[in-house]
Amino acid sequence: MPDSPLLQLKGVSKHFGAVQALAQVDFNAREGEVMALVGDNGAGKSTLIKGVAGIYPFDEGEIFFDGTKVNIHGPRDVASLGIEIVYQDLALADNLDVVANMFLGRERTTSFWRLNEVSMERACLETLESLSVTTIRSVRQAVASLSGGQRQAIAVAKAVMWNSRLVILDEPTAALGVAQTRQVLDLVRRLADKGLAVVIISHNLHDIFEVSDRITVLRLGRKVAELVAKETSQQEVVQAITAGTLDTVPGMAEART
Amino acid sequence: MSSVSEQDLTAVQGLPIAQETPDTFGGYLRDWWTRVRAGDIGSLPIVVGLIMIAAVFGSLEPLFFSPRNFVNLLLQVAGVTAIAIGVVFVLLIAEIDLSVAYVSGVGGVIMTLMLRENVANWPWPAAIGAALLVTALIGFVQGVIITKARVPSFVVTLAGLLAWSGVVLILTTVFSTAGTIVIQNRTVLNIANSYLTPVQGWLLYALFAVGYIASRLLRRRRLLGLNLPVQPMSVFVAQTLALLAISGGAVAYANMDNTPVQRGVPTVAIIILILLGFWSFVASRTRFGRYIYAVGGNPEAARRAGINVDQIRISVFVIASFMAGVGGIILASRLRSVDTNAGGGNLLLNAIAAAVIGGTSLFGGSGRVSSALLGALVIMSVENGMGLLGLPSGVKFVVNGAVLLAAVLVDSFSRRSRESSGIA
Repeated sequence: MPDSPLLQLKGVSKHFGAVQALAQVDFNAREGEVMALVGDNGAGKSTLIKGVAGIYPFDEGEIFFDGTKVNIHGPRDVASLGIEIVYQDLALADNLDVVANMFLGRERTTSFWRLNEVSMERACLETLESLSVTTIRSVRQAVASLSGGQRQAIAVAKAVMWNSRLVILDEPTAALGVAQTRQVLDLVRRLADKGLAVVIISHNLHDIFEVSDRITVLRLGRKVAELVAKETSQQEVVQAITAGTLDTVPGMAEART
Repeated sequence: MSSVSEQDLTAVQGLPIAQETPDTFGGYLRDWWTRVRAGDIGSLPIVVGLIMIAAVFGSLEPLFFSPRNFVNLLLQVAGVTAIAIGVVFVLLIAEIDLSVAYVSGVGGVIMTLMLRENVANWPWPAAIGAALLVTALIGFVQGVIITKARVPSFVVTLAGLLAWSGVVLILTTVFSTAGTIVIQNRTVLNIANSYLTPVQGWLLYALFAVGYIASRLLRRRRLLGLNLPVQPMSVFVAQTLALLAISGGAVAYANMDNTPVQRGVPTVAIIILILLGFWSFVASRTRFGRYIYAVGGNPEAARRAGINVDQIRISVFVIASFMAGVGGIILASRLRSVDTNAGGGNLLLNAIAAAVIGGTSLFGGSGRVSSALLGALVIMSVENGMGLLGLPSGVKFVVNGAVLLAAVLVDSFSRRSRESSGIA
């Protein structure tokens, strides 16, 4: 089946004490597509992502990756599957240069534990070039000297560098200006066009419609809609987010009870 | 030389990303000045400070510039530099170690006790090894408490400061009636009391010069071969010549110290240079060093990158205490004995001030191992100059305090201006 999703969550649930953060949610991400994950605050977006990231396990439900059922026991398992997550705070070390940040934790070395700076610098330049990130002046400048958009680009480049197959971006444009948002959205689109599966979380519907192929809407821990971006409107998505029109998704109306 | 820099430029053009590397000497200078104005001041304050100190003390006391005093200064700098190297590592992860001075005292005392003739009589390598093992262990224990029990390093090492000063007092008074234990082992005494002959000094210098030039040229050729950016030849030559001239001048000056007896480059200066080289390599060229900077810059990013942050923190405290032990051995050798005051006095202040004055940020993540030497040169030349002028201790303390405060202010201001220009 050519259209089988790379990542498939079936009926995942998660509760924290008495609070049901996620209830029986199905979620798919396909290769070559950008899947947007939207919902109001407290809808369960972060819980869903953290479950996939291995920060904590889901209470129930199954995770399929590339058609096979997988058990995720921690961030290491996730990375070895080829899933990379770019968190909102980016997790870059400001005092280190671009190359050092891209390779942090996975440095290449030569004899005597020496860092192989030349090899890392070349790989870094190649990755940035393949993503058409051309606004970085020098890969040897400290990350602190980069703009918000450039930092986001570095964080994304860092994520795709490791032959990852699924990249999850948490609010990548939240802190950016217009021009920088443009750059990041272009970059997100290029990731999908390269054949990666991309999941993007955002509150900005304008951005979402610009970049995504499909939209999953969560509301109060339940999935209320999975929409094809081209066939829907901002109006419809807003309605799903706020009112939770479960009826728009076949088979979901029963879940309400 | 301009033709060479044009070649460099064409090498750079093969890159996918425009690497904005200045391609002329003037361009390099302008680039540097822009960085300085943005707050990336590097070792500029130290150079300015050293020139000012030399001007003041040199005009007040001509003996300050004598070769004899220069050699004395090198001897005074050695112990503090060794301890300050460890402090640099601790500051890099945005922690502090207040126990280093008395840990160095413990190291010196243990070595001396093990060397006592007719009592312990250990061979010198065993005595030194025991001292370093114990100091490293002290660092390990303090590091484990700081990271696992999550007690601020300030408090843990303050407790260490008190406890280890007590241990020095106990050991020195229990094992001697006068509170002073003399070192008799020739080899240990030679650490800080022997000198290279002028010929040896120049031979070593020649060896260093050839090695330095060769390694820089090889690296440059490798980068050029891979189409990666390099400095223009003019800057390359100027930097190499400057370093060789300064180090050559130091050798020549030390060799001029021949009255009343011929001295020269102190052996301990070579030991310090080797230590600086080794720890610089660790900090800037190894994975471990990279992780230290990462932990200092953004511990959360380091943790998510799969770095064992606790392990790095503990190792850094081990390095600090170990280097304190090395410094303690050097200081004991120089004094030819240890007494109840080993590790006391100004030593802690001087070691931490040396690291900070040298340009290591108190806020973590930025600084170099070589700053330990530069800072120690500043602080010890002030102390040396005030000693020559015969100033009372009260004045010395005030001046030392002022120098430290000035250094911290420079760090704070340059950090602020780096932040405002976005290169924190």
